[in-house]
Amino acid sequence: MADHSLTNHAQTESLALRVQFDTAAQQKDASQLGMWIFLITEIMFFGGMFAAYTVYRNWYPEVFAIASSSLNAVLGAINTGVLLLSSFTMVMAVRAGQLGQQKMIIIFLILTLLFGGVFLGVKAIEWKEKFDEHHIPGQAAFHLEGLKDYDQGHAQLFFSLYFAMTGLHALHMVIGVGIILTLIMQAKKGIYSADYYTPVDVAGLYWHFVDVIWIFLFPLLYLIDRHLGK
Amino acid sequence: MSDHRQEEHHEQHIDTVGTYVGVLVALLFLTGLTTAVAYVDLGAFSTVVALAIAVTKMLLVALFFMHVRHSTRLTKLVVVGGLMWLMILLLLTMTDFVTRGRIGVPGK
Repeated sequence: MADHSLTNHAQTESLALRVQFDTAAQQKDASQLGMWIFLITEIMFFGGMFAAYTVYRNWYPEVFAIASSSLNAVLGAINTGVLLLSSFTMVMAVRAGQLGQQKMIIIFLILTLLFGGVFLGVKAIEWKEKFDEHHIPGQAAFHLEGLKDYDQGHAQLFFSLYFAMTGLHALHMVIGVGIILTLIMQAKKGIYSADYYTPVDVAGLYWHFVDVIWIFLFPLLYLIDRHLGK
Repeated sequence: MSDHRQEEHHEQHIDTVGTYVGVLVALLFLTGLTTAVAYVDLGAFSTVVALAIAVTKMLLVALFFMHVRHSTRLTKLVVVGGLMWLMILLLLTMTDFVTRGRIGVPGK
């Protein structure tokens, strides 16, 4: 080191211990805290939509129930399972990082990518169905069966929220896929070890967060008063 | 060769595969449960049940998959603080919308 004042503090700088930290543990804690603060801003970002949803469902409960029942609950439930599986493989990738198993990190990241891809594929099929059924808000041909004319606009509100919320969620998934692809390339270079796997760790936090958003979206969008239709 | 760094005792918590598999099974079971219960007429309680199951799933993911139970106190505080802000957003908004029809507007 050129700067002699640094030599006392940290003899050699490494990925696991940058000069500005006292210990590797402190660096790890700081990375995790930073990611959590970002996730809190994400909670507020999605929170606005959940607030809008709460207001409109409160105003038009019957319309929301009928519109919700037009969604495919079985596909939604299967997709929830797929996303939960991807969260499991993601946490296994982080565990492989903790143990310094470089090959297992890559294997579990690829599995996570796979399940994430299946989720997005199923979502695309569901969205396509909405187009075929004329359940797209703003469409001149918009018509939801079982509702009077004056309620069609309120049904469009439901589908606006449906597309905005699942769309924003899917956008986060696409970004997550990009992050995991980057991680796989980095892991192939062998830069992750038991001492340093922070990128895998914080990407895991992000992936699980996106999973938690879906955990709320699924019952709120797909499962409103399903018994009414039977 | 003076090293001022204190070797902090940092416990590296590595959960077993069994723990994660158990959490996954619980999450999948709760997904099935919330789907099945939606077809049962519980009246106003159906939303309560759906949200209770969703919150349980969120806790499982946060505590185990996101390692919150092994996190520092500061991180835990940030997580709880974030949820508090979300509750302020939702509850204060609803105090307006829920009571609009019940309380007359002054001067009207």
